[in-house]
Amino acid sequence: MANNNTVKWSRKHLLGLEDLSAQEITTILDTADGFKEVSTRTVKKVPALQGKVVVNMFIEPSTRTKTSFSLAAKRLSADIVDFSASTSALTKGESLKDTARNIEAMGVDIVVIRHTTPGAPHLLSRTINASIINAGDGAHEHPTQGLLDIFTIREMKGRIKGLKVALLGDITHSRVARSNIWGLTNLGAEVYVVGPSTLIPTQLKQLGVKISYNLDEIIPQMDVINILRIQMERQKAGLFPSIREYARLFGINAERLKKAKKDILIMHPGPVNRGIEITPEVADGARSVILKQVTNGLAVRMAVLYLVAGVSADK
Amino acid sequence: MKRVILDKSSISDYLKTIAERILDRNKTGSSLALVGIQRRGVPLADRLKEILSKKIKHDIPTGHLDITLYRDDLKTIGPAPLVKGTDINFDITDKNVILVDDVLYTGRTIRAALDELTDLGRAKSIQLAVLVDRGNRELPIQADYAGKTIKTTSSDIIHVKLKETDGKDEVVLSIDNGE
Repeated sequence: MANNNTVKWSRKHLLGLEDLSAQEITTILDTADGFKEVSTRTVKKVPALQGKVVVNMFIEPSTRTKTSFSLAAKRLSADIVDFSASTSALTKGESLKDTARNIEAMGVDIVVIRHTTPGAPHLLSRTINASIINAGDGAHEHPTQGLLDIFTIREMKGRIKGLKVALLGDITHSRVARSNIWGLTNLGAEVYVVGPSTLIPTQLKQLGVKISYNLDEIIPQMDVINILRIQMERQKAGLFPSIREYARLFGINAERLKKAKKDILIMHPGPVNRGIEITPEVADGARSVILKQVTNGLAVRMAVLYLVAGVSADK
Repeated sequence: MKRVILDKSSISDYLKTIAERILDRNKTGSSLALVGIQRRGVPLADRLKEILSKKIKHDIPTGHLDITLYRDDLKTIGPAPLVKGTDINFDITDKNVILVDDVLYTGRTIRAALDELTDLGRAKSIQLAVLVDRGNRELPIQADYAGKTIKTTSSDIIHVKLKETDGKDEVVLSIDNGE
């Protein structure tokens, strides 16, 4: 790296963390390090992506990811256009491909897409010429969330290798969990998934993670707990008996935290169900890095936009 | 053909001369600040700080500037250049900022640095110090303090090595004479 002034990055799209090498993930994290400082300036803007057009194509509601991508693009001086499902032709029956081709015809460089269907970003990357960034596809992947989680852990702990990281809650329906698993195991962390057996697919063992159904048993060894959001409709579907029981067995509260290491990190991708998966005193407590995650998300997304834009300029 | 144009002692002499001339122009030195451009401007700024601090007996705020995100060729080159990060933890407003780089060539790096500094605050003045001025400017930019001035062509390569980044102090000129 010392003698090379360009980054080791050759991907036009960011579709997931599954197929990224450890080197590529590290490149994104190192680049994000350089971008953090921009957000602390009086003028929080650099001209790196001046003249580029980024489209936020969110075919599923989202506030924080969308806002984070908008702000990241703006801090790089790109122009950003929002395209959301409720206001779009998609509700009139136009296919995703047609919509994307129409957007492309307007001269777009980067499409940030969130979609309920796994693989939608991959389909787009084969359909149109712009760079595609996956902002969440069904229960498949949410790569920038995985990256900002890993970035935050590395920033706080100074390393990833050898750390014990638990992903807690609804693993089956979580794209955040998948992106975390691929990224963290690739960088040498020991990943545990913890939750009710009905919410953990047993095939996960093939990805090299350890499965536990008993939070109290594993909590003393953990360096990090990344708490996933419990979606209320899962309870209605009968996947766990009651919200109260879930909170009792798998909720993170001050009492439970006493069994953990003193320097444990408590993470949550948001939005938080206070009082269910985490109590307010822990969410706002000293071990929580939930707001740091949000701040870091901006730097990570700036880094991703910058890196993929560098490749499309090359093509 | 390779030729050493500066060795350890001449680098050190040039830096001392530059420091003296900086003090000539900024008499009391009270509002001086140093900003080194990544990468090799950074150790040079640190060395100037050391020389200047001894003469004016107080600390001079010093920072690093990474001009990558302000380059004018980002749209045409790829892959993306490495982002090393800017680290200026003082307010440059009302400071006499000495911008430090190893080589002054086309002037495009300095143009980017000036734009970035302008976004960071309103300096009282910005002055440019370089170890080597090799000519061939593409923009109307000149150094206020230049060490060695040398005529080159655009196919020549100037390789600045510094102890902090490369293990030794030396400036080498490589001339491509078609052999």
